[in-house]
Amino acid sequence: MPRIFSRSFSRASPLSKIVLTVDDSRTMRDMLMLALGDAGFTVVQAVDGVHGLEVLESMAMPDVIITDINMPRMDGFGFIEGVRKSERHRATPILVLTTESDSAKKERARSAGATGWIVKPFNPDKLIDAVRRVAA
Amino acid sequence: MDPLEAIKVTFFQECEEQLSELEAGLLAMEQGETDSETVNAVFRAVHSIKGGAGAFSLEPLVRFAHVFETTLDDVRAGKLAPDNNVVKVMLRAADVLADHVRAARDGGVVEEARSQELAAALEALNGAVPIASIVSEDFDDMPGLDFTPLTVSDDDGFGDDFGFTPLAAGIIDLEPEGPALRRWTVQLRPKNALYAKANETGLLLRELKRLGDIEVSIDRSELPGLADLEPEQAYLSWTIVLTTDHSQSAIQEVFEFVDGDCDLTITADSLTTSLPTMGEASNDEPFDVMALIQQAQADVQAAPAPAMMAETLAAVAPTPVSAVSAPSNPAPVIAPAAGVAPDAAHGAAAQQATIRVDLDRVDRLIDLVGELVINQAMLAQRVTESGVPRSSNIAMGLDDLEHLTREIQDSVMAIRAQPVKSVFQRMPRLVREVAAMTGKQVRLVTEGEGTEVDKTVIERLTDPITHMIRNAIDHGLERPEVRVAAGKGPEGTVRLSAAHRSGRIVIEVSDDGKGIDRPRVRQIAIDKGLIEVDSNLSDEDVDNLIFMPGFSTASSVSDISGRGVGMDVVKRSIQGLGGRIAITSRPGQGSTFTLSLPLTLAVLDGMVVSVCDHTLVAPLTAIIESLQPKAQDVRAIGPDAYVIAIRDTYTPLIDVGAMLGYRTTPLDPTKGVALLVEGEGGARAALMVDAIQGQRQVVIKSLEANYRQVEGIAAATILGDGRVALILDVDNVVAARRREKARSDAKLAAAG
Amino acid sequence: MTTSSNSAVRELISFQIGAQEFCVDIMSVREIRGWTPATPLPRTPVFVRGVINLRGAVLPIVDLGSRLGLQMTEPTERHVIIVTRIEDQLVGLLVDAVCDIITVRDDQIQSTPDVASDLVQQFVKGILSMEGRMISLIYLERVLPDREAEAA
Repeated sequence: MPRIFSRSFSRASPLSKIVLTVDDSRTMRDMLMLALGDAGFTVVQAVDGVHGLEVLESMAMPDVIITDINMPRMDGFGFIEGVRKSERHRATPILVLTTESDSAKKERARSAGATGWIVKPFNPDKLIDAVRRVAA
Repeated sequence: MDPLEAIKVTFFQECEEQLSELEAGLLAMEQGETDSETVNAVFRAVHSIKGGAGAFSLEPLVRFAHVFETTLDDVRAGKLAPDNNVVKVMLRAADVLADHVRAARDGGVVEEARSQELAAALEALNGAVPIASIVSEDFDDMPGLDFTPLTVSDDDGFGDDFGFTPLAAGIIDLEPEGPALRRWTVQLRPKNALYAKANETGLLLRELKRLGDIEVSIDRSELPGLADLEPEQAYLSWTIVLTTDHSQSAIQEVFEFVDGDCDLTITADSLTTSLPTMGEASNDEPFDVMALIQQAQADVQAAPAPAMMAETLAAVAPTPVSAVSAPSNPAPVIAPAAGVAPDAAHGAAAQQATIRVDLDRVDRLIDLVGELVINQAMLAQRVTESGVPRSSNIAMGLDDLEHLTREIQDSVMAIRAQPVKSVFQRMPRLVREVAAMTGKQVRLVTEGEGTEVDKTVIERLTDPITHMIRNAIDHGLERPEVRVAAGKGPEGTVRLSAAHRSGRIVIEVSDDGKGIDRPRVRQIAIDKGLIEVDSNLSDEDVDNLIFMPGFSTASSVSDISGRGVGMDVVKRSIQGLGGRIAITSRPGQGSTFTLSLPLTLAVLDGMVVSVCDHTLVAPLTAIIESLQPKAQDVRAIGPDAYVIAIRDTYTPLIDVGAMLGYRTTPLDPTKGVALLVEGEGGARAALMVDAIQGQRQVVIKSLEANYRQVEGIAAATILGDGRVALILDVDNVVAARRREKARSDAKLAAAG
Repeated sequence: MTTSSNSAVRELISFQIGAQEFCVDIMSVREIRGWTPATPLPRTPVFVRGVINLRGAVLPIVDLGSRLGLQMTEPTERHVIIVTRIEDQLVGLLVDAVCDIITVRDDQIQSTPDVASDLVQQFVKGILSMEGRMISLIYLERVLPDREAEAA
């Protein structure tokens, strides 16, 4: 007999906060998904800035947005500026993924309107901690 | 598979894609295309590889990628002109980078001299910074940041995230045994920019509260009257008295994200551990936030609510002010345990001893064992034929050998075979995502996740399954209110199952949604010019329209992965793997997608048969029985079709030799052997072959790897004499016979 | 990493089919081995002689003479299979004998003359002349039948 198990999902779960991740790297998207999913977040993914803005148009309000900086079509800076221009999402916290050696990019992301940052490579605890810090 | 291992697999796949993009980009640059788009794409490729490699602590790869990235960054910034020499060095560096990737994947090492030579050449191009220092800085952070939860002991030099960092100069820890409680005064004056970046004072207070007890007071002296209030202007300053055993740097870290966006001072009040006293914290008069909000609401309904401010204030509001703590119940987003538990599991898994082996070696081993099994079987057959009695020592020794051989084969196959669980495990999250985005309620049920297939197949299952599930939720399931109106529960079910069938793996994705909207599908196909307006199509034909190129109802809204592909692409990719996909649908009750793929590298219990001078293998699972037809049981139907009576049931007789074109004159049924088989959907047929050679376990070899799919043939295998034998695709043979029948029926009808 | 300069030098392996001489780029050649009987595939063009076991992999054998519209080869032990990599697949080419390894510059390769038949036009990328011999450079990518052609 096949083993059967099931899980139930619905967006109604009041505890599950929604995080939008924007990253062109499948590896990074999977990593974020693994860490955030394990911590009980509902994760919605976008693959670049343009896609991120499209997804934001149609999805439920995310509680936090996490975005990469280097991406095709529209980079993280453009994406953050786009979010901050949107009436609906301008107050949504945005965390950028940066590397330790690149403080210039971090500053540029901040001036574009980033709320905080996560240094790559991250461990799940640090990631969740950063999300928790900015999530209302 | 460990989810992290699965991501690692993805990472290396992605590396291959990025390496080829890198190469393509550099070749374009060599041709003079040095526009920023090309340069950026090249930079991104290296940057992504480095990023992922960092996450997996692939140190040599990170080091080399970092050097490469630094050079590319200079090109990007216009500091280094990408002339031919520069691009040539970078092309060679791309090769070394590829070597590093493969070494990281396969467990080898890259020739140090070559790697260093290229790194030096790259450094010479950007001519400066001693790279080693930067890289080591990167790595200082890594063990703590790494996903690999190596148990970090306190004295290994990597500080804990909080609390154990050395205290800032000027503060003397009086009790080295353990940190003492200390009182700090934090003065915070947010600027507008703090709120513009979606930071919130309330959240900062919540963070401080995590460190210890806090008393908050607000200075509202700058707050103007409501008439003059600018909604987005920051007016308030805060004084927080914090009693904590954490260090100053831990406190500073709370304000890391708002550095520069506020005026901040943190001072140590005293070195005592005395309890805070009321009123000492601040001389500011008590300030009632609730009152302010109520007043605001009452006074000016028309005035726009200062959104961010109101939120901040509300966060503090429940505890009216004077010296009281900030939100006393911060309701942490997750329980800390939730983050820790999976780590512990990783730890246990990581301790299992594993070795990395080149896949080619495993394949070779599998081939050899496959041949061993065949040789053993042939030897046994010859011994039997030589008349040695079954009870003799030789025959009994052979039995033991057979047993052992089977066990070796099972063990060897187990090296590469993996349950589809690793793919199935990714789906709950996908379902969650798609449910969240479409506003639908979905229950995912999985079955047969222990079904094993070869590793290479596993890797290729993810994309089609992802698409089919997304499709099922997006296009199949209805919104909760629609379901309720249709008399169903608000929650839809998507069922994902895997099973072995006739030497293939069959994956089914079914939903209990509305089924294919045939009139709409038909209309879309007409609108897109895929079919004629007056086409006469069966329901099945209409359902299959969704697989036609150019037919895609994918909407960008539900396009989670960013690839808005239609089912035609899914079908093509499955066919490319030697697979088939089919859909069945019932209006109002749902649809089922059935995907069947070869196991490429699995063993198959087969019946080895002779047809003309050829040796073929029929999967044993499909064979019900074999029999020798008697003349009176065979009846002709029409000019060239025969049926055979098996226990009063007439079953179509298929001459395999004629069907595969090995002979033109049909075999006399009484001279051969009939294999009664059952195909997909329970259709039965009797396959005529010349003779049965015996039963064997055979190793399945893909025909598609170097050639392509051949109708009627599922795969190939290699027999004991080293020759290739073909494995019959029973489902296809049975179905093909029905197709031919339908065609000849149509011909007859047309003639009559 | 190749360069596209006209005078790039390349090495070719030349071989014989009947009285004619052909060649392929040495970079595409994986190995050369003697003829072993192939297992025929059903419903396959005549020029696909079947498949053989190449150290555990299933290798299709194309009778190049038949493919080029010359005569079908009657293979003997003296015949040769040139194992080539075409895109991502390995394919064995059945030929009479291997002649030579020749080094040419790209500009020595002439385009196929118009007088040639359609079949030749289809499979011959260019021709070159060597010590009075005419050698045709084979268009390897076109040697196999279309992959999807028979799938439906």
